[in-house]
Amino acid sequence: MAQNNNLELITKPLNLNNPVTAQILGICSALAVTVQLEPAIVMAISVTVVTALSNFVISLLRNTIPSRIRIIVQLMIVSLMVILVDQVLKAYMYQLDKQLSVYVGLIITNCIVMGRLEAFALGNKPLPALLDGIGNGAGYGVILVIVAFIRELFGSGKLFGCQVIPDCFYNLGYENCGFMLNPPMALILIGMIIWIQRSKYKELQEK
Amino acid sequence: MESLNLFIKSIFIDNMIFAYFLGMCSFLAVSKTVKTSAGLGLAVIFVLFVTVPVNFLLNEYILKPGALSWLGEGFKDVDLSFLSFIMFIAVIAAIVQLVEMIVERFAPALYGQLGIFLPLIAVNCAIMGASLFMQSRGIPSLGEATIFGLGSGIGWFIAIVLMAAIREKITYSHVPAPLKGVGIAFITCGLMAIAFMSFMGIKL
Repeated sequence: MAQNNNLELITKPLNLNNPVTAQILGICSALAVTVQLEPAIVMAISVTVVTALSNFVISLLRNTIPSRIRIIVQLMIVSLMVILVDQVLKAYMYQLDKQLSVYVGLIITNCIVMGRLEAFALGNKPLPALLDGIGNGAGYGVILVIVAFIRELFGSGKLFGCQVIPDCFYNLGYENCGFMLNPPMALILIGMIIWIQRSKYKELQEK
Repeated sequence: MESLNLFIKSIFIDNMIFAYFLGMCSFLAVSKTVKTSAGLGLAVIFVLFVTVPVNFLLNEYILKPGALSWLGEGFKDVDLSFLSFIMFIAVIAAIVQLVEMIVERFAPALYGQLGIFLPLIAVNCAIMGASLFMQSRGIPSLGEATIFGLGSGIGWFIAIVLMAAIREKITYSHVPAPLKGVGIAFITCGLMAIAFMSFMGIKL
């Protein structure tokens, strides 16, 4: 049973309890980094690492944190993790770090991290909290990758920076939809994803 | 002239919500009625107006490479910029706490209305985002930092009030069931962002 529960902690946020489309958290940074696949994947991994680690640490400390100052304590721990991630990115992927610009720092205020800390880590043991963090980070990542895939493919005809739409298409008059690269399309795409998901799972629909 | 440009630019062209998606979470959660969203918008304006200049000073005199040189020759090479995330968020959390206490003392009615959202401003991406943009764009003076904070706040305020007004109307129309609520809000917001893109052509 325990095994089953632990598995559910990871699989549920991928679909039914997805942090972006069902809980509507963490949208701030979800949209801006999705023009290309590569930064989107790096961002997804960073958020997963931060969520998992801070969930784990907060869950270890959950009985010692006074509830009145818990927000400050959480923010401090999360920003510590983000600084670590940022330093690693700066050291090994400097170009990408420049491209993500302020959005790495904004993981601190990413609602998914805080939301999971408040809702899960404060009331659960470290191991489930770690898994919950991984699951929610991955759920966020799935949406990021879907949006980035569509935007990069249709917006610039590339994936991971390599051209995938063959030249003969362009010769036949195919044009890249440059509008996909503009910020509004990210919003509309997520709206569409929510639409598709909710028409499949009726229980998510709002009255 | 320069600062007027910055002001208008930060309200319309670099609008926190429509150009950078910052503060989306509370933007979508609170924009159901015009009244509460205006209250939250005002609180965001105020917090941005205070935190950006404070963080500017912090960045200028403590965090920037070589910023500590006022302490003496030996500190010229110190670079504390890796600490900026934690310092900025600490300042923001402290100021939000302060604002909360002031509002509770002097405007209890507004305090009751804003409820949980006031403490949540601390984790509103727009606040942190403005401070980080201030740092990464290298805004040169305290005055301009203040104007940038104020402008970004006003931009956020305009966006959330417009959105709330539209959503109040949407409740009377027939939206397909799966799109109800958040789905249509996303798409509306996307369309509004397209409208705001028209400001991009303005050269200031």
